[in-house]
Amino acid sequence: MAHFDEKAKPFSEQWLDDRLAVRTLRRVLAQEYWIPKDINFLWAMGMILAVTFGILIITGIFLLMYYKPDTALAFDSVNYTIMQEVGFGWLFRHMHGVAASVVFLLIYIHMFTGIYYGSYKKGREMIWISGMLLFVTFSAEAFSGYMLPWGQMSYWAGMVITNLFSMGSLELNGVVEWIRGDYVPGDAYLTRFFMLHVFLLPLVIIGVIVLHFGTLRIPHVNNQEGEVIDFDIEAQKYLDGNTKESKVIRFQWDFLAKDFMVMAFFLTFFFYLVFYHFDFAMDPVNFDPADGLKTPAHIYPEWYFLWSYEILRPFSKDIGLMAFGFSQVIFMLLPFLDRSPNAIPAHKRGLFFVWFWALLIDMIVLSVMGKVPPEGSFNTIGLYAALTFIGLWVLLPIITKMESKK
Amino acid sequence: MSDNVNRRDAMGIAFGAFAAVGGVYSLVGMGKAWAPLPSVKAAGSTVVDLSAAKENEIITEKWRGKPVFILKKSADMVAKSSNNDKARDILIGGSSYLVCIGLCTHLGCIPAYRKDREDFLCACHGAEYDISGIDTKAPAPLPMLIPPFKIDGTTLVLGEAGPEYNKMKEAGVLGHVALDPKA
Repeated sequence: MAHFDEKAKPFSEQWLDDRLAVRTLRRVLAQEYWIPKDINFLWAMGMILAVTFGILIITGIFLLMYYKPDTALAFDSVNYTIMQEVGFGWLFRHMHGVAASVVFLLIYIHMFTGIYYGSYKKGREMIWISGMLLFVTFSAEAFSGYMLPWGQMSYWAGMVITNLFSMGSLELNGVVEWIRGDYVPGDAYLTRFFMLHVFLLPLVIIGVIVLHFGTLRIPHVNNQEGEVIDFDIEAQKYLDGNTKESKVIRFQWDFLAKDFMVMAFFLTFFFYLVFYHFDFAMDPVNFDPADGLKTPAHIYPEWYFLWSYEILRPFSKDIGLMAFGFSQVIFMLLPFLDRSPNAIPAHKRGLFFVWFWALLIDMIVLSVMGKVPPEGSFNTIGLYAALTFIGLWVLLPIITKMESKK
Repeated sequence: MSDNVNRRDAMGIAFGAFAAVGGVYSLVGMGKAWAPLPSVKAAGSTVVDLSAAKENEIITEKWRGKPVFILKKSADMVAKSSNNDKARDILIGGSSYLVCIGLCTHLGCIPAYRKDREDFLCACHGAEYDISGIDTKAPAPLPMLIPPFKIDGTTLVLGEAGPEYNKMKEAGVLGHVALDPKA
């Protein structure tokens, strides 16, 4: 029989601790979860992503109360009911749309920070892999959400992306029809993507976020120099009152104070976009209702999918699909393709530094080429940028192997 | 003690086996729940009267939710096309027609007909098709597909396989996979 403090007032801290071990939980999860001191603002992206996901859930709940997942009603329920009638409906929609776009900006910053500082190896592999799983689930979440207004871009993006599952010359048209529940995206399609967007995928995302946090607990976050810190020793120094000499700080409230600082800047930027530049997340073509008999003259995905779309585009169908598949899985394999044991910042790693910037610039070029119409010299630039992307990943094991020999 | 362990193992194995069988059946059920509904499959056939069709003017009809291109060719257009092109021509009321599903075989956008150049261009990824819907420029991998059809005087019935369709199917000029007419 466990010991209970009979005198503790109901729901007081002592009372809760006796029943739920709340003090232990807080200590293990927050107060004695140690963060290195040697970090910069880029280390705040994780918590900012968590807050942005929170904004998406809350605004999503309010949109959900008026949205109608029916091909005959969806367009007007968004563009008339929510935008014109529901009190602050326009704000919830614009916040939801802008957050959905900005969340990918944050994910890319978060990812490239991890690549730059080598935060995916030496015990941190699972952090990287669970993070890439989040990227995949967020992509699915973004795509399914993009279907819901049932405009021209929703319809044709749905048509093109579901057609990818016919796997080129394998002609798996039955699979495509099974995914759609129809020969073309229709009512069954819209309703099932609605279910995915508002229930199944958010559930999976929340689960993977918990896993992602869990993967951090034992290896801890990396630091700016890639220094291997003995967290037990440094934590003891901190707890003994030697906080100045200790290389670590508490997550709550030390590190969180820094997070709030960066978050304040981010939220200012976010609400500036919501109120003054929401249009960047609202494609004008999607304000025409879906029409299965008319493809818009020029279709393109949202900015965050442009680079992988451009890898698909310049090749023939089968090769394009293989290149696209390659681009989707290759980041997941990063911890195993980097053959160097050095978990230090890129600027101390010679050729890897060049590789890092080449990859980043190449992905920006791919994104720009994905947006412009597929004609003339754009095709050529797109083709070379796609080949460069694949080439860089083929080179990675070689240059990192060379680095480890030095 | 060891008796207990064995009993627990037996219980676990029996439970696991039943659960696995049940799991497979429920996956089949869940898969079926996602398949197109009978009402979607029974969307019926589309009847098009072509007595008023004009040469070099594209007609777009809807069948199974997909656009179907119908293009009446002039004698001049037929004369300058290749044998491969002619093999895909459909004779209705004495004129040659192109009839095909108007979706790009790359990823399913609708190619636009360019009247002056007498060909098709898909704006999504830049694929091109000739006057008979045969792919001429990547990334299109295949000609645009000819749907099941039946000719009745000057009317065209989409979704039913007539003798002309079956002949084209045997000749292998439909554009790869044949669509099931009954579905």
